[in-house]
Amino acid sequence: MTSDVLILGGGIVGAACARAFLKQGLKVTIIERELIGGGATAAGMGHIVVMDDSEAQFALTKRSRDLWDQLVPELPSSVEFERRGTLWVAADQQEFNAVSPKLSYYNSRHVSAQLLSAQTLYDAEPHLREGFAGGFLVPDDSVIYAPCAAAWLAQGANIIQADVKTIDDGKVTLAIGEQHKAANLIIASGHYVTQLFSTIPVKPRKGHLAITDRYPGQVRHQLIELGYLKSAHGDSTESVAFNVQPRKTGQLLIGSSRQFGADHSAVEPHMISKMLARAAQYLPNILNMSIIRTWTGFRAATTDKLPLVGRYRNADRTWLATGHEGLGITTAMATAELLTHLIAKTKAPIDPTPYLPERFPQCRT
Amino acid sequence: MRYDAIIIGAGPAGLAAARAAKHAGKQTLIIDDNHGPGGQIWRGRDGIELKGVDRRFSTQITDLNFSATQIILATGARELFLPFPGWTLPHVLGAGGLQAMAKQGLNVQGKSVVIAGSGPLLLAVASNLKKAGADITLIAEQAPWSSLLHFGSQLLRWPSKLTQALQLFNINYTPNLWPIEAKPGEVLMSNGKTYPCNYLACAFGLLPNLELARLANCKIENGFVKVNRHQQTSVQGIYAVGELTGIGGLEKAEAEGEAAGAGTATLGNHQDFVKLLTRTFKLRDELKQLAQPDTILCRCEDIPFSRTTQCSSMREAKLQTRCGMGPCQGRICGPILEQLYGWPSDSVRQPLYPVPLKSLIQS
Amino acid sequence: MPHIVINGTPHQADEKTTVAAALMNLGITSRTSVSGQPRNPLCGMGICFECRVTIDGIAYQRGCQVEVREGMEVSTDAI
Repeated sequence: MTSDVLILGGGIVGAACARAFLKQGLKVTIIERELIGGGATAAGMGHIVVMDDSEAQFALTKRSRDLWDQLVPELPSSVEFERRGTLWVAADQQEFNAVSPKLSYYNSRHVSAQLLSAQTLYDAEPHLREGFAGGFLVPDDSVIYAPCAAAWLAQGANIIQADVKTIDDGKVTLAIGEQHKAANLIIASGHYVTQLFSTIPVKPRKGHLAITDRYPGQVRHQLIELGYLKSAHGDSTESVAFNVQPRKTGQLLIGSSRQFGADHSAVEPHMISKMLARAAQYLPNILNMSIIRTWTGFRAATTDKLPLVGRYRNADRTWLATGHEGLGITTAMATAELLTHLIAKTKAPIDPTPYLPERFPQCRT
Repeated sequence: MRYDAIIIGAGPAGLAAARAAKHAGKQTLIIDDNHGPGGQIWRGRDGIELKGVDRRFSTQITDLNFSATQIILATGARELFLPFPGWTLPHVLGAGGLQAMAKQGLNVQGKSVVIAGSGPLLLAVASNLKKAGADITLIAEQAPWSSLLHFGSQLLRWPSKLTQALQLFNINYTPNLWPIEAKPGEVLMSNGKTYPCNYLACAFGLLPNLELARLANCKIENGFVKVNRHQQTSVQGIYAVGELTGIGGLEKAEAEGEAAGAGTATLGNHQDFVKLLTRTFKLRDELKQLAQPDTILCRCEDIPFSRTTQCSSMREAKLQTRCGMGPCQGRICGPILEQLYGWPSDSVRQPLYPVPLKSLIQS
Repeated sequence: MPHIVINGTPHQADEKTTVAAALMNLGITSRTSVSGQPRNPLCGMGICFECRVTIDGIAYQRGCQVEVREGMEVSTDAI
């Protein structure tokens, strides 16, 4: 079978790519091993957030959030879009002092943000434990239900449920024996990419999440500790951070944890324990809430915390779109946009250089 | 304290296992989520003998985080529900469900009850509710007369069961009849007649509670835990007894429990009776077509039948419609989807039941 | 006979009765579903979660697994 664009992986990144190329009038096929939006996309939180760990991360997340915002009028209700805003909580005065430069950084780059004094922090989130120094609010960040978003983005693509056996530039052989060809092949298979190309510098980074029964109104914003960046961007084998998301259903999604080297997907009670204990330090009233499910997922992590978006080695027709770690829901949109420009050799709204796979020697030759 | 045998579930199978294990000199613990021993069948019965056995009641098992030389799963069965218009109305309960409520204090004195569905439980429920003062106006069994007559003739092989069946027989027992639609205070049946009732008690057979066995990675075959003659599952040290290994009732449960506890082979061929029950009370296809587009399948999330028709697996239904994502964790709608679409159950993970968040924080 | 408070109103319940049975005896449905339907227990044995109520301030407890106690406060307001 022949398509214009063949996408391996039907997660949020593959689905966003599908939509971008379908909009160009191209014939798109997605090959997905299980379900559209069923892997890391379903395991994650569905937080659309601007992050400032690096200039490149900021550019990609901001552009992506803008692209999501453009879609809002079209999103079906199943996507559960809510502009909750992200409220970063400063645990102490030292963390709060670091917020001022962050504020000018965001505002100078046209992302609305505000400092919250301790008083306004508690007005905004009355259930936070007493004693925090303040907060940093990014009001335009939002929350979605990602599996339905992925299914919606992938509408119109030809979807084949199968495992991939081999890849030759532009040609894919499925485990079921079929061969598929395309002018361009996009690999958007998260951390599974290393099963296809073992040298690609992406490592699975396990995460745990827990969800409560319905407690509407208890939490209003996506709440994250400012120390989150230390957890997200440190390289320790195990870390947890306070990260709680109110869902449209009234449920609270409670995270987060990060582990390198975990080779099985089982829920680990000691990680759940650490993660929930951390969350309860910020929101004590969750202690009596009912947890109805816990689960795990694997982020596709790179060493420099930026995704791999662009040509793979010298292959003419093979493109990577992976390595988004914990930001895939947000950055799927700008990733897809970048690829359309790279393939068409046109100028993208943001500079693609920081994300090109060729920054890693393994992806160069 | 380390136990030689931990038994999970204190119904007939678990109690037999506990007594036999104790008798064999094992340091034994029995755990159940109910207030006391007896399971569903002997719920609230006084004087159940458990001398020398440590026990923990009102204890929900949400994870398999204990170790013992032998773990015996005796988690019993629950009812299979099938959706039909009106099955979510407040006067519609399970058959065993209404019986359980009566045993825990629901006053059914003078209430009119229609019992509908399938299986021997219907007659047992009718008998118990009648004793509690209810007026049983109809017992509708979906199986046809031919199956039931064959069943009756085969019961000669199990004289005690035959005696029991004759004792339970009720004049209002009507084969070949099933519910079509419940409305407040009444139910329309497949014969076109509407029966007024204070309660409609309705269930379509029993299903093993497999969650713990699945969590322990025990091999499941044709919907039941696979065991050898000693009731050992595919996992070393883990045993399964009673309804988990086939819906077969009291004698089977006690024989299997005793064997697992004592460390001997199970006596008697109980699987013949299991097969006879399965064949007799096989569900007719019409029952799987009762749901209308707006009939709710997932009662936790109120997901109607129409929303699931686009899906092709349990997991897709969960992810795309929220069917099965509520606090019962798909225990009610999972088997329904399996009946309606043939989708196998999704995987299980701890906590097996919703738990207070603080209980997941290790001290 | 234990005195209990249901949705702010005092009631008496029989000894050895579960919260779920006590509510049914009083004709009070145990919960309102997410789309607004009144619901009563289905399974009576802790599986279906239709009987979940708030007991003494703790939400989402299964009424069929808890016996009434003197002074207990029950609310059927949670979703």
